[in-house]
Amino acid sequence: MNHVAAELAPVPCAKLVIDHVSKWFHSGVVKTHALDDVSLTVDEAEFVCLVGPSGCGKSTLLNMIAGLEMADQGSVLMDGKKVVGSGRERMMMFQESALFPWLSVLGNVLFGLKLKPGLKDSERLEVARYYIKLVGLERYERANIHELSGGMKQRVALARSLAPNPRVLIMDEPFASLDAMTREQLYGDLQTIWAARKKTIVFVTHNVREAVCLGDRVVLFSPNPGRVREQFRIDLPRPRDINSPSLAEHATEITRALKQHREVAAE
Amino acid sequence: MKRFLTALLFFVALLWLWHFLVDSGRWSAMLLPDPADVGKYLISAVKDGTLLETTWVTMKRLLIGYFAGIVVGIPLGLLTARFLWAHDTIGTLALGLQTLPSVCWVPLALMWFGQTEAAMFFVVIMGTMWSVVISTDNGVRSVPPIYARAARTMGSNGWHTWLRVILPAALPFIVSGVKQGWAFAWRSLMAAEIYVTILTGFGLGHLLHYGRELHAMDQVIGVMLVIVAIGLLADKVLFAPWEAFLHRRWGTQRN
Ligand SMILES: Nc1ncnc2c1ncn2[C@@H]1O[C@H](COP(=O)(O)OP(=O)(O)OP(=O)(O)O)[C@@H](O)[C@H]1O
Ligand SMILES: [Mg+2]
Repeated sequence: MNHVAAELAPVPCAKLVIDHVSKWFHSGVVKTHALDDVSLTVDEAEFVCLVGPSGCGKSTLLNMIAGLEMADQGSVLMDGKKVVGSGRERMMMFQESALFPWLSVLGNVLFGLKLKPGLKDSERLEVARYYIKLVGLERYERANIHELSGGMKQRVALARSLAPNPRVLIMDEPFASLDAMTREQLYGDLQTIWAARKKTIVFVTHNVREAVCLGDRVVLFSPNPGRVREQFRIDLPRPRDINSPSLAEHATEITRALKQHREVAAE
Repeated sequence: MKRFLTALLFFVALLWLWHFLVDSGRWSAMLLPDPADVGKYLISAVKDGTLLETTWVTMKRLLIGYFAGIVVGIPLGLLTARFLWAHDTIGTLALGLQTLPSVCWVPLALMWFGQTEAAMFFVVIMGTMWSVVISTDNGVRSVPPIYARAARTMGSNGWHTWLRVILPAALPFIVSGVKQGWAFAWRSLMAAEIYVTILTGFGLGHLLHYGRELHAMDQVIGVMLVIVAIGLLADKVLFAPWEAFLHRRWGTQRN
């Protein structure tokens, strides 16, 4: 069988279970209770958005799903198996571009592929080119990272995350540093790409509209200690337009809930 | 092409000015020979082989010592960046010894190794190594942790992360350290060669010193020009490609 076709074939999406996870950080004398008994299930091919005030442990949770950090209590399970370390099955995309400046666009996308055994170099190249094209940067594969705009950088980061064909995609505020116009375009593109390459996605954002636009479900977190507060199912048809009124309605509802929790916390 | 012409014009003008000053007769030809005389000396020295021989002796010392310094310095720098105990010990040592002008190693080298090649290698290695250690250490410490995390999620770890992520990410620092090491090594080697007769081989510094003893000003200036040319060549051959790479990839300013 052709390796490239096999490599590009869809992988079965994974189901994530976050099972009573708690996490503390100690830095000096300060002890932060980052997550408190968080339980959450993300279904196969579901797009879940996490929102909540700064410091409520969203990034910490993502790091644990990625296997970059370990829970102090509870566990993260992928398809019933406990996550104990990082691996290609769960790829993470960060807020600031974590692209490698010493590599070209192509080199960056190839980085993860080169670590995948069983492929010839020419096959890796073909796979990398497929993803670069998928994010619309085929004319820039030889470009250097510093020559790209913020939006293009995040496209490369997306291609790099998708290239090893992970089963879960973890995104930590990937569009937060972009301007509104670029973001809007990326919402559309991300939805198209997600339709083409179905993945289980966990996505963190501060932008409630963004969450409603992208997510099948929006999960609200509250801080001190980080907990899951409320969940909202978003049943709008796709592709969604960030400016549509029905989307705004959902966003208003969620923003109101967010404010309420904040007021309760302040009392 | 235009830049080349400008540069050419500049140097021709410089030579002409030199010639003009000599011609004016205000300095004795003993102290300031005509550029043509220096040229004649250089040609004769190339013809009788002294120049090539001494250049070869000097370059061999410099290059072998220099690469040895880099080959030892980079792993040491990685070590001090990775382990706290190494930072507190080797790192502190490196920081201290780097502030020592590298020519200060010459007396010690001569006592230990005598007037030999080993002494010269030692001086060059000491000149190079410590700044390479320190710049590698600095470079690794300033690598954004997010690079290593991103690499980890892509399945990189251990050696692979060090060689493919940390080391290239620290490259801008390493290149500047290596360049500084070159400057230190080159200066200290010249100082050693000028002031000490190294019995195992006569280098450019020796030739320069000999020129003074013979009051042969054309030789003194001629050898100085060769030393300058080697410095320029090293810059073009050893560093310019790396700096061009850094400039292209990182978008840093070329100097
Ligand atoms: N490595 C760490 N050491 C110490 N404390 C940490 C560490 N990482 C996170 N924390 C603390 O844990 C809490 C949760 O942090 P986290 O980064 O997960 O929040 P967040 O929800 O992602 O915030 P933001 O929206 O600002 O990104 C914070 O109070 C933070 O200070
Ligand atoms: Mg965060």
